[in-house]
Amino acid sequence: MAFEGLADRLQQTLQKVRGKGKVTEADVKEMMREVRLALLEADVNFKVVKQFVAKVKERAIGQEVIESLTPGQQVVKVVNEELTALMGGQQSKLAVANRPPTVIMMVGLQGAGKTTTTGKLANFLRKKHNRTPLLVAADIYRPAAINQLQTLGKQLGMSVFEMGTDTSPVEIAKKGIEKAKEEHHDYVIVDTAGRLHVDEGLMDELSNIKEAVNPDEILIVVDAMTGQDAVNVAQSFHDQLGLTGVVLTKLDGDTRGGAALSIKSVTDTPIKFVGMGEKLDALEPFHPERMSSRILGMGDVLSLIEKAQTNVDEKKAKELEQKMRTMSFTFDDFLEQLTQVRSMGPLDELLGMLPGSGQMKQLKNVKVDEKQLNYVEAIIQSMTKKEKIEPDIINASRKRRIAKGSGRSIQEVNRLLKQFEDMKKMMKQMTNMSKGKKKGGMKLPFM
Amino acid sequence: MSFFKKLKNKMTTQSDTVTEKFKDGLTKTRTSFSSKVNTLVSRYRKVDEEFFEELEEILIEADVGVATVMDLIDELKDEARIRNIKETVDLQSVISEKLAELLHKEDEDSNINLKDNELSVILFVGVNGVGKTTSIGKLAHKLKSEGKKVMLAAGDTFRAGAIDQLEVWGERVGVDVVKHSEGSDPAAVVFDAVKSAQSKGVDVLLCDTAGRLQNKVNLMNELEKIKRVISREIPGAPHEVLLVVDATTGQNAMNQAKTFSQTTDVTGIVLTKLDGTAKGGIVLAIRHELDIPVKLVGLGEKVEDLYRFDPDQFVYGLFADMIKAEEEE
Repeated sequence: MAFEGLADRLQQTLQKVRGKGKVTEADVKEMMREVRLALLEADVNFKVVKQFVAKVKERAIGQEVIESLTPGQQVVKVVNEELTALMGGQQSKLAVANRPPTVIMMVGLQGAGKTTTTGKLANFLRKKHNRTPLLVAADIYRPAAINQLQTLGKQLGMSVFEMGTDTSPVEIAKKGIEKAKEEHHDYVIVDTAGRLHVDEGLMDELSNIKEAVNPDEILIVVDAMTGQDAVNVAQSFHDQLGLTGVVLTKLDGDTRGGAALSIKSVTDTPIKFVGMGEKLDALEPFHPERMSSRILGMGDVLSLIEKAQTNVDEKKAKELEQKMRTMSFTFDDFLEQLTQVRSMGPLDELLGMLPGSGQMKQLKNVKVDEKQLNYVEAIIQSMTKKEKIEPDIINASRKRRIAKGSGRSIQEVNRLLKQFEDMKKMMKQMTNMSKGKKKGGMKLPFM
Repeated sequence: MSFFKKLKNKMTTQSDTVTEKFKDGLTKTRTSFSSKVNTLVSRYRKVDEEFFEELEEILIEADVGVATVMDLIDELKDEARIRNIKETVDLQSVISEKLAELLHKEDEDSNINLKDNELSVILFVGVNGVGKTTSIGKLAHKLKSEGKKVMLAAGDTFRAGAIDQLEVWGERVGVDVVKHSEGSDPAAVVFDAVKSAQSKGVDVLLCDTAGRLQNKVNLMNELEKIKRVISREIPGAPHEVLLVVDATTGQNAMNQAKTFSQTTDVTGIVLTKLDGTAKGGIVLAIRHELDIPVKLVGLGEKVEDLYRFDPDQFVYGLFADMIKAEEEE
């Protein structure tokens, strides 16, 4: 999980302070040293770390004590607030042109993931805003870059504008915008070639493209694994072009992603999106406030809920809740539930978002084997309608048939039946509990 | 004789062009690094805590990594005490010496391990976007110009356009490319490539793989399978597993090196994009903490801009200014 390393580290440090009633200056000093090391190890730019630590220290030693908090909590709060502030305060949205099309230009170093992000962004615009952008292939340098964008366009069913590799990128971009106007696209995304920020010739080319198409957004795509140099890269591109936003890619890796913290504070450019996987729907808006609580191990409950909301059919959830209350929960419901949870994304990613999961040792390196879930599905699908509703009737010979049908062993069938029974028992307890406390409906029964 | 003089002498016996290329490619790294050390030395006359703290920052800024930097600083402090160094000027050469020591491991082989008169297989692995395909193209060119018969296997069947990209390289360099369609099993592609290479009497087979983040268990298993397929067909193969690392990468490069080694027994590192960044300090960290040699470095965008990594040359490139300064004194 992204940022987990940093979260762990700060957690450990803050744990020492948390238990105490009073924070001494020596404590603060010790803690700040740990915070500093943790941030540096996380690739946060050292200048940013310096400022950050100084600020937190000042506020931690200074007064500002709220009565309801212990001094230890106070420090956690300060670190959290400063971290959020550092990452950009509020979430920032994509600009929209007064007169369409809105032009988005993608820039960055080689291999940051510009082309992939272009595809993801197009998909995002369609899914969330119901818009169909035109993709413009202006990377004429890297072999097969145009092919890559065309393939993505095909997968998405979107048109890609290209003029081969013999036309200048400036010309391609210009013609691309004209084409978009003709065909009434609301958005145009211009994919440019990756280049080093020290390559003057190619950087000038970007300025020329900018002049030619007058983009509403210039997004720099940055690899979340980038080290201390991320700041220099972003700064150079910013000086040359006046960036409007950052897309942080490959954040689904185990990088601590400190670069994210630095870029905003040095260039004053907000992080607008994060890439969280290889598939085309793995682009998410960046939530600075959530990300900072995630760093501190407070979990990313908000993100999780949002994820659940877009994917879980509310009506179905209500029905399910009703079923649980009346104890008529069957294998059919179980299967449905499983499919819904799985549609939210890889399970280990979901688990990482739960509060405290960073701390729980059992969950620490949990890799949910998606294959196991496939097996479970197969076993359930091998049951007859009647068996799914009344699992009690499943005897030895039925078990043998189910095992054969699903290609799994009888032991596995047994295990699933046992788990299902346990689950039902647990649900009974839970529904009794919520009845007793007269709490509202359980929103996400599968958690 | 001073450490630098020894290095200088060694360099003059080597081909000048390659050394020059290293110097050029590392210009940014060198100027930022040695000029910073120089300013530091001129600002602090006395060796004290604050001096070390700032030195620490310079090293960290170069992506050397906290753990390695801490070790290095501790060693320097000891050295300063033992040799009774009080002036920062006197510590300057000790700093370079220590850094060079880190990079320099005796009896280490940074050559690419190739079989004579027999098929050698090189597997390329790494995270997304580090330059695996480009490095393969460059290495193919290099090997071909050395008179080897080279073949490429398009094992990245996942990323859109990856197969096309390798094919373009194949045409450019003039070597055969074995490919299947997008989305097919990469292990099957590699299997076919090995068979084809054997029957065509190819000297070196370079296998591309899809970029994958090292924490994706399933994808790492896939990689293991690819390697297994190769070993089954040719005992002792792959003869090299090269991990391609982007020089701009921060501390995560260490995780990459660790995890990829666990799955595929990485035998060497290809450090790409070293020309553009001001850093490359991760080389120090990787050599300090893991026992994986850097074998190749990418120092530019042209097809011939892939070089065998020579620690001496790297150090010479890094400290060229200081060496010159010392000579003038």
